[in-house]
Amino acid sequence: MEKPNKKNGNFLISLKLGFFLALRQVKHSNKATTALIIFVMTLTFLNLVVVRGVLVGLIEGVVKVQKEAYIGDIFVSTPIKKDYIENSPQIISVIESLPWVASYTARYTKGGKIEGTYKDRVNYTEKANEANATIAGINPENENATSHLSSKIIKGQYLTKDDTEYVVLGAYLLKEYFPVESAAFSTMSGVDIGSKVRVTVGGNTKEFTVKGIVKTKVDEVDMRVFMLDTTLRNLIGRTDYNVNEISIIAKPGTDPLFIKNALIKNGAEATAKVQTFEEGMPKFVTDMKNTFAILGNVVGSIGLVVASITIFIVIFVNAITRRKFIGILKGIGISSKAIEIAYVFQSLFYAILGIGIGLLILYGFLVPFIEAHPIKFPFSDGILMAEVGATFLRVFLLALATLIAGYVPARIVVKKNTLDSILGR
Amino acid sequence: MEIIEVKNLKKSFKTGDKELVVLNDISFSIEKGDFFSITGRSGSGKSTMLYQLGLLDHPNSGDIIIDGVNVTSLDHDGRTDFRLRELGYVFQDYALVPDLSAIENAAIPLLMQGLPKTEAYQKAENALQKIGMGERLHNLPNQLSGGEQQRVSIARAIAHDPKIIFADEPTANLDSETADTVMKAFLELNSHGQTIIMVTHEPEYAILTKRAIKLGDGKILADGAPDKIIHL
Repeated sequence: MEKPNKKNGNFLISLKLGFFLALRQVKHSNKATTALIIFVMTLTFLNLVVVRGVLVGLIEGVVKVQKEAYIGDIFVSTPIKKDYIENSPQIISVIESLPWVASYTARYTKGGKIEGTYKDRVNYTEKANEANATIAGINPENENATSHLSSKIIKGQYLTKDDTEYVVLGAYLLKEYFPVESAAFSTMSGVDIGSKVRVTVGGNTKEFTVKGIVKTKVDEVDMRVFMLDTTLRNLIGRTDYNVNEISIIAKPGTDPLFIKNALIKNGAEATAKVQTFEEGMPKFVTDMKNTFAILGNVVGSIGLVVASITIFIVIFVNAITRRKFIGILKGIGISSKAIEIAYVFQSLFYAILGIGIGLLILYGFLVPFIEAHPIKFPFSDGILMAEVGATFLRVFLLALATLIAGYVPARIVVKKNTLDSILGR
Repeated sequence: MEIIEVKNLKKSFKTGDKELVVLNDISFSIEKGDFFSITGRSGSGKSTMLYQLGLLDHPNSGDIIIDGVNVTSLDHDGRTDFRLRELGYVFQDYALVPDLSAIENAAIPLLMQGLPKTEAYQKAENALQKIGMGERLHNLPNQLSGGEQQRVSIARAIAHDPKIIFADEPTANLDSETADTVMKAFLELNSHGQTIIMVTHEPEYAILTKRAIKLGDGKILADGAPDKIIHL
């Protein structure tokens, strides 16, 4: 029983003495070198967290905007073999009765065509200035309460309930915002706020004035022509009030599954597809998110290896140049453990300070800054994803890597024969 | 009363295929309270002998018994612990830790023994006072002269009241005036009963010790009063 206690006691003494030696060593070390090592550790930490954070945040931006501007928490949509959601009014009345619903928007959609500058067209042998689009009929107030569409208007204005003669165009229908044209996909040019456009849907054509242009970076939204639901209903002759999709937002703190389950319980699945946001989100987005996370981890791991090597070299050079003193310390009876611990503490000191500064930069500056000024990617507004759990996992990994990188060279040098170290042979 | 007993000590080094015997079947003993010097020409094995006695190296064969403990049979940790508690060392080039002040250097073995910081620092300060370094407690080694550094080194060696102090050419790097001061410190310690074993090639300092052995060709060439054997 006595032996382990003595061992524990010795370890504690070694720990205290190791800390004492490390403290003195750091205190008397070259300030510029120490600052440089800490700077490297800070950069490594930021590399570890920020690269992954930006890559994941890029996709998270896609996910976020898909949820905000299109799908919502729960998405009720038309089954593949149907033209619309049958019994939509009943489903809507169920939605309105649920206590967990914060808002919802019911959309009528139909494939159609939009043509601009047709009044200026002189040569009818040339291709018309037109684009295929999904024509969406919305209640502007409900839509805005759910998808905040008005906040995504980049030019002009959002629809009001009296705008029967106006449309809002998705930006991807216009060459100015989406300069891509192929046989399968065309955009309009020369169409701006106030332009007259001709919308052909369900065999009917009607002239509208462009009131606004919306850009969400969600293809499904940005390739739509938005008009009042009453207008579209008239155009396509949808007198039964059956809509094509319903996007629902749950009240904060409410599990959207409650809404889904309630809808299923009320028979909604007989005529519609009811999905949570995660189910409704395109699979490629999830795959991309995972792939980018792996990529971020790979890049971060390289940084981790570089930091470990840096610390290894620093500690190794430090220990090898002090080999004689290490020998002397061992010679006068200081345990190898205490000397090794001194170097481990020294490397941990670099890591803790570097990580601490990195955390300050990350949460004190980078995260709020990028939150306020998202990185503008073509398909999303990228944010910096730095979840506390994931960040602290990386803090732990970097500290562990540093600890090992400090211990190994110290062990190599300390293990050398005491007398050889003292005599420098 | 014997404090060290050396029996049939042998130490050799291999250089290629050849074996160089430095200490060949040497036996002797040292009394408690002795001031013992090991002399001899360069390469005679003086320092090698000191390293065996001071547990810094392992002999090929033979026994070394210090205060009743056969230290040749101790394992690595046992030897380290024995050095820490029972022995003190003074090296030729002072060997102070450059990041530690005089008092911290002297306190290190005491801290390793597990003494509370205040007690360790008090003992270290006492040791420094004893060798006249009480005014330079908080100076770093690079702020001290060679002689002062060597005295701090002596303070480190005596702070934990070791049974024996081993000194390896302690005056070799010092000018004669400083070397005299260091020797005075050793003599003062010895006058209070401290056993000291010193390697030196300087006859003027060997002669100040109580007993000397002269090594050569792996053997003890002479053993006795320093003034009798030094010029042999």
